[in-house]
Amino acid sequence: MKPIVVSLVSGALFGAGLAFSGMADPARVQGFLDLFGNWDPTLAFVMGGALIPMAIAWIIKGRLHAPLAAPVFDLPTSTKLDRPLALGSLLFGLGWGISGLCPGPALADLGVVPLAVMPFVVAMFVGMALHRFLPQLTQQKGASQ
Amino acid sequence: MIPGFPNAMPVEGFIGGLLIGLAAAIMLLGLGRIAGVSGLAARATGIADTGAPRGIAVAFVIGLPLGAFLIATLAGGVTTKFPVSIWPLIIGGLLVGFGTRLGSGCTSGHGVCGMSRLSPRSLVATALFMASGFVTVALLRLGAFL
Repeated sequence: MKPIVVSLVSGALFGAGLAFSGMADPARVQGFLDLFGNWDPTLAFVMGGALIPMAIAWIIKGRLHAPLAAPVFDLPTSTKLDRPLALGSLLFGLGWGISGLCPGPALADLGVVPLAVMPFVVAMFVGMALHRFLPQLTQQKGASQ
Repeated sequence: MIPGFPNAMPVEGFIGGLLIGLAAAIMLLGLGRIAGVSGLAARATGIADTGAPRGIAVAFVIGLPLGAFLIATLAGGVTTKFPVSIWPLIIGGLLVGFGTRLGSGCTSGHGVCGMSRLSPRSLVATALFMASGFVTVALLRLGAFL
Protein backbone atom coordinates (compact mmCIF):
# COMPACT_ATOMS: atom_id res chain seq x y z
CA MET A 1 0.00 0.00 0.00
CA LYS A 2 1.14 3.53 -0.71
CA PRO A 3 2.77 5.24 2.30
CA ILE A 4 0.48 8.27 1.99
CA VAL A 5 -2.63 6.04 2.17
CA VAL A 6 -1.23 4.24 5.24
CA SER A 7 -0.60 7.59 6.89
CA LEU A 8 -4.09 8.88 6.04
CA VAL A 9 -5.66 5.72 7.49
CA SER A 10 -3.54 6.03 10.63
CA GLY A 11 -4.51 9.70 11.03
CA ALA A 12 -8.20 8.99 10.47
CA LEU A 13 -8.21 6.10 12.99
CA PHE A 14 -6.39 8.35 15.45
CA GLY A 15 -8.95 11.13 14.97
CA ALA A 16 -11.82 8.66 15.24
CA GLY A 17 -10.39 7.30 18.49
CA LEU A 18 -10.02 10.81 19.93
CA ALA A 19 -13.61 11.71 19.03
CA PHE A 20 -15.07 8.41 20.27
CA SER A 21 -13.18 8.49 23.56
CA GLY A 22 -14.40 11.96 24.52
CA MET A 23 -10.90 13.40 24.22
CA ALA A 24 -12.05 15.87 21.55
CA ASP A 25 -13.86 17.67 24.39
CA PRO A 26 -11.57 20.21 26.12
CA ALA A 27 -13.84 20.25 29.20
CA ARG A 28 -13.42 16.47 29.66
CA VAL A 29 -9.64 16.67 29.37
CA GLN A 30 -9.58 19.56 31.82
CA GLY A 31 -11.81 17.42 34.05
CA PHE A 32 -9.05 14.77 34.12
CA LEU A 33 -6.51 17.41 35.15
CA ASP A 34 -8.89 18.75 37.80
CA LEU A 35 -7.76 16.52 40.70
CA PHE A 36 -9.21 18.83 43.35
CA GLY A 37 -12.54 19.37 41.61
CA ASN A 38 -15.02 17.12 39.85
CA TRP A 39 -12.32 14.66 38.69
CA ASP A 40 -13.06 12.76 35.46
CA PRO A 41 -10.84 9.64 35.08
CA THR A 42 -11.79 9.00 31.41
CA LEU A 43 -8.39 10.05 30.04
CA ALA A 44 -6.69 7.32 32.07
CA PHE A 45 -8.86 4.69 30.33
CA VAL A 46 -7.99 6.21 26.93
CA MET A 47 -4.28 6.09 27.72
CA GLY A 48 -4.60 2.52 29.01
CA GLY A 49 -6.45 1.45 25.87
CA ALA A 50 -3.91 3.12 23.59
CA LEU A 51 -0.87 1.61 25.31
CA ILE A 52 -2.02 -2.00 24.71
CA PRO A 53 -1.86 -2.10 20.87
CA MET A 54 1.31 -0.02 20.93
CA ALA A 55 3.08 -2.27 23.44
CA ILE A 56 2.25 -5.23 21.17
CA ALA A 57 3.40 -3.24 18.12
CA TRP A 58 6.82 -2.60 19.70
CA ILE A 59 7.21 -6.37 20.28
CA ILE A 60 6.28 -7.11 16.64
CA LYS A 61 8.61 -4.31 15.51
CA GLY A 62 11.51 -6.16 17.17
CA ARG A 63 10.95 -9.09 14.80
CA LEU A 64 10.74 -7.01 11.62
CA HIS A 65 13.76 -6.02 9.54
CA ALA A 66 11.86 -3.19 7.89
CA PRO A 67 8.39 -1.64 8.13
CA LEU A 68 5.70 -3.13 5.90
CA ALA A 69 5.19 -0.10 3.63
CA ALA A 70 8.46 1.84 3.93
CA PRO A 71 12.15 0.99 3.38
CA VAL A 72 13.49 1.60 6.92
CA PHE A 73 12.50 2.34 10.51
CA ASP A 74 13.10 6.00 11.34
CA LEU A 75 12.66 6.31 15.11
CA PRO A 76 13.94 8.62 17.86
CA THR A 77 17.16 7.27 19.38
CA SER A 78 18.06 9.89 22.00
CA THR A 79 17.94 8.84 25.65
CA LYS A 80 19.31 12.13 27.02
CA LEU A 81 17.26 13.76 29.75
CA ASP A 82 18.00 17.42 29.06
CA ARG A 83 16.66 20.86 29.88
CA PRO A 84 14.71 21.44 26.63
CA LEU A 85 12.80 18.18 27.23
CA ALA A 86 11.89 19.21 30.78
CA LEU A 87 11.14 22.89 30.10
CA GLY A 88 9.17 22.12 26.92
CA SER A 89 7.07 19.49 28.68
CA LEU A 90 6.32 21.84 31.59
CA LEU A 91 5.25 24.64 29.20
CA PHE A 92 3.14 22.17 27.21
CA GLY A 93 1.41 21.02 30.42
CA LEU A 94 0.70 24.64 31.35
CA GLY A 95 -0.99 25.30 27.99
CA TRP A 96 -2.77 21.94 28.15
CA GLY A 97 -4.23 22.81 31.57
CA ILE A 98 -5.24 26.33 30.54
CA SER A 99 -7.05 25.20 27.38
CA GLY A 100 -7.88 21.50 27.81
CA LEU A 101 -6.37 20.91 24.37
CA CYS A 102 -3.26 19.23 23.00
CA PRO A 103 -2.23 18.92 19.32
CA GLY A 104 -4.14 15.70 18.44
CA PRO A 105 -7.58 16.68 19.76
CA ALA A 106 -7.12 20.25 18.47
CA LEU A 107 -6.57 19.06 14.89
CA ALA A 108 -9.29 16.39 15.19
CA ASP A 109 -11.74 19.08 16.35
CA LEU A 110 -11.22 20.87 13.02
CA GLY A 111 -13.49 18.16 11.61
CA VAL A 112 -16.19 18.65 14.26
CA VAL A 113 -16.17 22.24 15.55
CA PRO A 114 -13.75 24.08 13.26
CA LEU A 115 -14.72 27.61 14.29
CA ALA A 116 -14.48 26.93 18.02
CA VAL A 117 -11.04 25.30 17.84
CA MET A 118 -9.54 27.61 15.19
CA PRO A 119 -8.06 30.20 17.61
CA PHE A 120 -6.20 27.42 19.42
CA VAL A 121 -4.91 25.81 16.22
CA VAL A 122 -3.66 29.13 14.82
CA ALA A 123 -1.98 30.01 18.14
CA MET A 124 -0.43 26.52 18.32
CA PHE A 125 1.20 26.89 14.91
CA VAL A 126 2.39 30.40 15.87
CA GLY A 127 3.93 28.86 19.01
CA MET A 128 5.63 26.16 16.92
CA ALA A 129 6.94 28.77 14.48
CA LEU A 130 8.20 30.92 17.39
CA HIS A 131 10.18 27.94 18.67
CA ARG A 132 11.68 27.44 15.24
CA PHE A 133 12.48 31.03 14.31
CA LEU A 134 12.96 32.87 17.62
CA PRO A 135 16.57 31.64 18.14
CA GLN A 136 17.48 32.77 14.61
CA LEU A 137 15.92 36.20 15.16
CA THR A 138 17.70 36.78 18.46
CA GLN A 139 21.00 35.56 16.99
CA GLN A 140 20.71 37.93 14.03
CA LYS A 141 19.93 40.79 16.39
CA GLY A 142 22.95 39.89 18.50
CA ALA A 143 25.20 39.64 15.45
CA SER A 144 24.21 43.06 14.13
CA GLN A 145 25.04 44.80 17.39
CA MET B 1 -20.33 3.98 34.71
CA ILE B 2 -17.96 4.21 37.66
CA PRO B 3 -19.54 4.81 41.09
CA GLY B 4 -18.56 8.26 42.31
CA PHE B 5 -17.66 9.48 38.82
CA PRO B 6 -20.96 9.96 37.00
CA ASN B 7 -19.36 11.89 34.13
CA ALA B 8 -16.67 9.31 33.32
CA MET B 9 -16.89 7.29 30.10
CA PRO B 10 -14.60 4.33 30.85
CA VAL B 11 -15.93 2.06 28.08
CA GLU B 12 -15.95 4.68 25.31
CA GLY B 13 -12.60 5.92 26.60
CA PHE B 14 -11.03 2.46 26.50
CA ILE B 15 -12.41 1.62 23.03
CA GLY B 16 -11.36 5.03 21.69
CA GLY B 17 -7.96 4.44 23.28
CA LEU B 18 -7.63 1.09 21.47
CA LEU B 19 -8.36 2.89 18.16
CA ILE B 20 -5.67 5.48 18.97
CA GLY B 21 -3.17 2.73 19.83
CA LEU B 22 -4.06 0.84 16.65
CA ALA B 23 -3.53 4.03 14.62
CA ALA B 24 -0.09 4.49 16.20
CA ALA B 25 0.71 0.78 15.62
CA ILE B 26 -0.13 1.17 11.91
CA MET B 27 2.24 4.15 11.71
CA LEU B 28 5.01 2.19 13.46
CA LEU B 29 4.70 -1.16 11.67
CA GLY B 30 3.55 0.26 8.32
CA LEU B 31 5.82 3.27 7.92
CA GLY B 32 8.41 2.76 10.67
CA ARG B 33 7.55 6.06 12.35
CA ILE B 34 6.21 7.52 15.58
CA ALA B 35 2.63 8.84 15.36
CA GLY B 36 3.55 12.05 17.14
CA VAL B 37 0.98 14.70 16.30
CA SER B 38 3.06 17.77 17.23
CA GLY B 39 6.00 16.63 15.13
CA LEU B 40 3.87 15.62 12.14
CA ALA B 41 1.88 18.88 12.33
CA ALA B 42 5.10 20.94 12.37
CA ARG B 43 6.39 18.92 9.44
CA ALA B 44 3.13 19.15 7.47
CA THR B 45 3.09 22.95 7.72
CA GLY B 46 6.79 23.24 6.90
CA ILE B 47 7.62 24.67 10.34
CA ALA B 48 9.96 21.71 10.81
CA ASP B 49 12.23 20.81 7.91
CA THR B 50 13.35 17.46 9.26
CA GLY B 51 11.26 14.43 10.18
CA ALA B 52 8.72 12.47 8.18
CA PRO B 53 8.41 12.94 4.41
CA ARG B 54 6.12 15.92 3.83
CA GLY B 55 3.37 13.90 2.10
CA ILE B 56 3.14 11.42 4.98
CA ALA B 57 2.85 14.24 7.52
CA VAL B 58 0.20 16.06 5.47
CA ALA B 59 -1.85 12.87 4.99
CA PHE B 60 -1.82 12.15 8.74
CA VAL B 61 -2.83 15.72 9.62
CA ILE B 62 -5.71 15.56 7.11
CA GLY B 63 -6.74 12.17 8.51
CA LEU B 64 -7.23 13.47 12.08
CA PRO B 65 -10.22 15.78 11.41
CA LEU B 66 -11.54 13.32 8.81
CA GLY B 67 -11.75 10.50 11.39
CA ALA B 68 -13.33 12.77 13.98
CA PHE B 69 -15.85 13.97 11.39
CA LEU B 70 -16.76 10.36 10.53
CA ILE B 71 -17.38 9.52 14.20
CA ALA B 72 -19.45 12.69 14.65
CA THR B 73 -21.53 11.75 11.58
CA LEU B 74 -22.00 8.10 12.59
CA ALA B 75 -22.69 8.85 16.26
CA GLY B 76 -24.89 11.85 15.55
CA GLY B 77 -22.48 14.37 17.01
CA VAL B 78 -19.50 14.64 19.33
CA THR B 79 -19.85 16.60 22.56
CA THR B 80 -17.37 19.43 22.98
CA LYS B 81 -17.35 22.23 25.53
CA PHE B 82 -14.86 25.01 24.88
CA PRO B 83 -13.72 27.80 27.21
CA VAL B 84 -16.11 30.77 27.01
CA SER B 85 -13.30 33.28 26.57
CA ILE B 86 -10.94 33.16 23.59
CA TRP B 87 -7.87 33.89 25.74
CA PRO B 88 -7.37 30.40 27.22
CA LEU B 89 -7.37 29.10 23.63
CA ILE B 90 -4.82 31.65 22.40
CA ILE B 91 -2.49 31.49 25.42
CA GLY B 92 -2.91 27.71 25.69
CA GLY B 93 -2.27 27.29 21.96
CA LEU B 94 0.93 29.34 22.04
CA LEU B 95 2.26 27.37 25.04
CA VAL B 96 1.26 23.99 23.57
CA GLY B 97 2.86 24.81 20.20
CA PHE B 98 6.10 26.15 21.69
CA GLY B 99 6.32 23.57 24.48
CA THR B 100 5.72 20.48 22.35
CA ARG B 101 8.43 21.54 19.89
CA LEU B 102 10.92 22.38 22.65
CA GLY B 103 10.09 19.13 24.48
CA SER B 104 10.11 17.06 21.24
CA GLY B 105 6.59 15.69 21.63
CA CYS B 106 3.13 15.71 23.13
CA THR B 107 0.54 13.28 24.49
CA SER B 108 0.71 11.09 21.37
CA GLY B 109 4.45 10.90 20.68
CA HIS B 110 5.68 10.83 24.29
CA GLY B 111 2.50 9.62 26.01
CA VAL B 112 1.31 6.81 23.72
CA CYS B 113 4.28 5.87 21.52
CA GLY B 114 7.20 6.63 23.86
CA MET B 115 5.74 5.29 27.09
CA SER B 116 4.74 2.00 25.44
CA ARG B 117 8.39 1.70 24.34
CA LEU B 118 9.55 2.58 27.90
CA SER B 119 11.63 5.44 26.48
CA PRO B 120 13.23 7.28 29.43
CA ARG B 121 12.76 10.66 27.71
CA SER B 122 9.07 9.98 27.09
CA LEU B 123 8.45 8.72 30.63
CA VAL B 124 10.00 11.90 32.04
CA ALA B 125 8.22 14.16 29.52
CA THR B 126 4.83 12.56 30.22
CA ALA B 127 5.32 12.79 34.00
CA LEU B 128 6.25 16.46 33.66
CA PHE B 129 3.45 17.59 31.36
CA MET B 130 0.89 15.66 33.40
CA ALA B 131 2.18 17.19 36.65
CA SER B 132 2.26 20.63 35.04
CA GLY B 133 -1.32 20.17 33.82
CA PHE B 134 -2.54 19.05 37.26
CA VAL B 135 -0.88 22.03 38.97
CA THR B 136 -2.15 24.46 36.33
CA VAL B 137 -5.78 23.37 36.68
CA ALA B 138 -5.47 23.36 40.49
CA LEU B 139 -4.20 26.96 40.35
CA LEU B 140 -6.96 27.96 37.93
CA ARG B 141 -9.45 26.46 40.38
CA LEU B 142 -7.80 28.32 43.28
CA GLY B 143 -8.16 31.56 41.32
CA ALA B 144 -11.80 30.60 40.69
CA PHE B 145 -11.35 30.68 36.92
CA LEU B 146 -13.00 27.25 36.67
